[in-house]
Amino acid sequence: MAGMRIGMQTIALSTRPAICGNAAYAGKKEGEGPLGTEFDFVTQDELYHQDTFELAEKQLYLDAIRKAIRKGGAKPEEVQFLLGGDLLNQIITASFSARDLGIPFIGLYGACSTMAESLALGSMLLDGGHAEQVVCAASSHFCTAERQYRYPLEFGAQRPPTSQWTVTGAGATLLSTEPKAPVLANVTQVCMGRVVDLGITDANNMGAAMAPAAADTLLALFSDTRTMPEDYDLILTGDLGQIGHDLLMQLMREQRMPLPDEHYTDCGLLIYDRETQDVHAGGSGCGCSAVVLNAHILPRLQSGQLRRIIFMATGALMSLTSSQQGESIPGIAHAVVLESPAAGTLPLRPA
Amino acid sequence: MDKQRIHTNPQHYSWLTDQLSPPSPLGSGLFQAFWVGGLICMLGQAISDIGVHLLDLNARDASTFASISLIFLTALLTGIGVFDKIGKYAGAGSFVPITGFANAMVSPALEFRREGLVLGVGAKLFTIAGPVLVYGVGASVIYGLIYALFIH
Repeated sequence: MAGMRIGMQTIALSTRPAICGNAAYAGKKEGEGPLGTEFDFVTQDELYHQDTFELAEKQLYLDAIRKAIRKGGAKPEEVQFLLGGDLLNQIITASFSARDLGIPFIGLYGACSTMAESLALGSMLLDGGHAEQVVCAASSHFCTAERQYRYPLEFGAQRPPTSQWTVTGAGATLLSTEPKAPVLANVTQVCMGRVVDLGITDANNMGAAMAPAAADTLLALFSDTRTMPEDYDLILTGDLGQIGHDLLMQLMREQRMPLPDEHYTDCGLLIYDRETQDVHAGGSGCGCSAVVLNAHILPRLQSGQLRRIIFMATGALMSLTSSQQGESIPGIAHAVVLESPAAGTLPLRPA
Repeated sequence: MDKQRIHTNPQHYSWLTDQLSPPSPLGSGLFQAFWVGGLICMLGQAISDIGVHLLDLNARDASTFASISLIFLTALLTGIGVFDKIGKYAGAGSFVPITGFANAMVSPALEFRREGLVLGVGAKLFTIAGPVLVYGVGASVIYGLIYALFIH
């Protein structure tokens, strides 16, 4: 039987779609970070042998997708949907990649929540029996995001301590109902987030803008599935950074659903060494959660080191125009529950 | 559906955000801006003195010579990717002298070269420096009028 809604926002996927291919292509700075050795490929050249940064991001995206499909034992022509997006206007990275791949394309814009959004939708497509194999992808590039959202690269601006560093990287995940490669993880539940806005207007404090949406989605997931934070080996947010991380902890404490310190972290804190890499509050961008999930988390789910996790990517849904007009920043967070295929899955606490 | 699931209000959240967001380091920022800005001004003065004593320029030409030299140096340092690091370290210290203006012109020129000479460089050249020019020129017009009508 196909998926079933539980509660208001969560869908339980009874067929447990399998993740069987993963790829993470990252930039030089990310390669110098704590996860540097875990990426499939680290480019030392921000242009990635292309003429423009936009083409470089597209090439990273394309290479990550091809690699994920190959690692999943499939061929591009066997993949029935590509779900993906990025940060650039009109999601050109994703759509230009789709042009080269020839896979039916569902373009998504969820800002930095795109990796979780694409995984959630892809899993539902599989669970509903509408496809056997889909690939999900997201990317960002420091140089393309800077010029679109902030200043020219060589402009000598100072960044406030609350700002985050856009990750250069692309992550891709192959989902399949009949995996031809070892299964890395199963998607068991998805929780689509609501847009939440508590009035933050500072575009240099995205973590603060997104933390309320993260809290909202987490509360919905816990309530819908009748679980507690302790039922998960890891709760992983996408790119809240240090300030968003601290705010989410505080919000959850205030809601009497505290997140255990040792079981909660953020991709934006994992990807860089904040002491030495000068990234202020941490990493951000669609690529942040995409590369951390694919390079760092999925292998640990496969080995059974992590048994059940919540992967929740968060997005700030503003544009340059809305920011300049003084509008506050709406946030969103989508969550997927991933379980290890290894034996000994974490038992749910009796309610 | 429970519209407000998180039981907090924007005022409380704004307060919470302020508590948890570290402020920009004021003391070290001021110090860095002071010594780098001072050094750039000293360099400008040195160039001006060279103009007066070695090149036989009058005071007015010597100060123009200093401005042009600083603009050239900034443009060069921007082009070879050094000035953004100075700006990041010294903030307004590297900006208030004419150097900031040069950086604000050269960096978009480099950045938007790939969109072409007309719609890229031409259209985007003043994205950062534009407001400074608009309000700088505007303020001088107003000041000039006041000066001409009431003071002169």
